[in-house]
Amino acid sequence: MEPQLKHLEIPSSEITPEGLFLSRRDWLKVAGIVSAGALLAACSPKLRRITETGPTSRNLTPSPVPENAQVLTTDELGDSINTFDEITNYNNYYEFSTAKNAVSSLVKDFNTIPWTVEVGGLVENPKTWSIEELLELDQKERIYRLRCVEAWSMVIPWTGFQLSDLLMKALPLGSARYVEFTTLSDKKQMPGQGNPLYPWPYTEGLRLDEAMQRLTILATGLYGKPLPSQDGAPLRLVVPWKYGFKSIKAIVRIRLTEERPQTFWNIIAPDEYGFYSNVNPNVDHPRWSQKTERRIGELERRDTLMFNGYESEVSALYKGMDLSQDY
Amino acid sequence: MFVHLAGALPLAAIVFSALTGRLGVNPIQEIEQQLGRAALYFLVASLAVTPVYTVTGWQALLPRRRALGLYSFFYACLHLLTFAGLDYSFNIPQILNLLTQKRYIFVGSLAFLLLLLLAVTSFDYFIRRMPMIWKRLHWIVYPTGVLAIIHFAWARKGTLMQLRGDIIQPFLWGILLFTLLVLRLPPLRKAIFQLRQRILVRRSTHRSRETSKV
Repeated sequence: MEPQLKHLEIPSSEITPEGLFLSRRDWLKVAGIVSAGALLAACSPKLRRITETGPTSRNLTPSPVPENAQVLTTDELGDSINTFDEITNYNNYYEFSTAKNAVSSLVKDFNTIPWTVEVGGLVENPKTWSIEELLELDQKERIYRLRCVEAWSMVIPWTGFQLSDLLMKALPLGSARYVEFTTLSDKKQMPGQGNPLYPWPYTEGLRLDEAMQRLTILATGLYGKPLPSQDGAPLRLVVPWKYGFKSIKAIVRIRLTEERPQTFWNIIAPDEYGFYSNVNPNVDHPRWSQKTERRIGELERRDTLMFNGYESEVSALYKGMDLSQDY
Repeated sequence: MFVHLAGALPLAAIVFSALTGRLGVNPIQEIEQQLGRAALYFLVASLAVTPVYTVTGWQALLPRRRALGLYSFFYACLHLLTFAGLDYSFNIPQILNLLTQKRYIFVGSLAFLLLLLLAVTSFDYFIRRMPMIWKRLHWIVYPTGVLAIIHFAWARKGTLMQLRGDIIQPFLWGILLFTLLVLRLPPLRKAIFQLRQRILVRRSTHRSRETSKV
């Protein structure tokens, strides 16, 4: 490991101003995670640069594809991608409706342009990004499983960039421990935010190392096209090894903090929805089982996989933790 | 008969939705939830018969009460079959595990067993054989209703006690059930009945005064 890390170490003489960059230890940790991730590339989720628009339905034959492009139709475990129709008509987006099939018709007038994302908090370079600027970051397609806490799941071909790319441009301070995300607060566009039974606006959070993990992305597209509004346009988080509610939609603010951020579902029921919410078949929801899930489109239930099948990539983040306590 | 038309409606709606692709992207859950809701509607309807009579004097529903209760049981059976068969593919070990470990399923199963007891003893044979205890036995419908609401609430993402999250529907049904149960309390029943009598008397004396003026 040492040779790989050495070239990433920056001599202190070259750091100006001092103390405003990540401490050496944090930098090594980040570098370690990034290179460890690179080593695991062989069993990683499929990554490819977008050269072609993907099929919108499993049954449509895609238009002629250039020889060097790969049209992928499954995740890395060989399970089919869900159809565009399924992904865009079954949405837990309570800002619009609690009925999953009603959201797609309610978002028709949702404005995603102009859109800005304020990146700040304990960082050296706070900046308010426009969505156009964010789209200039390196976008890749990633086929991820999304597992809802309600025990259903889908396989989704997201387009997006690594969250770590954005965070490294902001340069977190040594004191930063967590990343907090906030959704747009706009009762006119999002009528559900008038419902007093919920602590609006939707907020979520990750530990900094979870945020820097290679799998964590900010998604801007679906099936090679711009993200539909019901799926969190124009920018949403995707953390595939955690329950779906951690993958916050319609983000307007990303803040680096020292204290653990408040999160929407944890405020509603702290004994049911924890900060980590890692997909874990061994730790049930207090009221229902997490051992199995309904993959949308399938007739038989499936066994839920530890960390949603991303165990090899992320289990190191939780070494030594009791996941039944830190649920 | 009107009740049987109403009884067939939820099932017909589900079949229609299934045939026209209106069940959405998770059809098994959709069917499961619609059947569960239907069971609840008919249970609450059967519990509404007496209070409606108390408040409005409308007697037409009284002989239909058993049919309403049996439709509730019918839909509860289909709901249970969907859960055990369609959802969990009759995986008995898994289902038994859920039944004993997961409280919302336990509560739902309990409500079902009580409904089964009520359905089986609903026949005239039992009314004749044990008239004394039959009425008290069928008071079991009250805790059955409460269990059904709890089952409904516990299947949602939200907390009923603190009124947070996605529990508005179970909460409203709970309020309705509570109202219906409260209206059966003897002192309240008597008071409403007497109030209704007074209104009727006042109306008839007012009318007779009018006619005498002419």
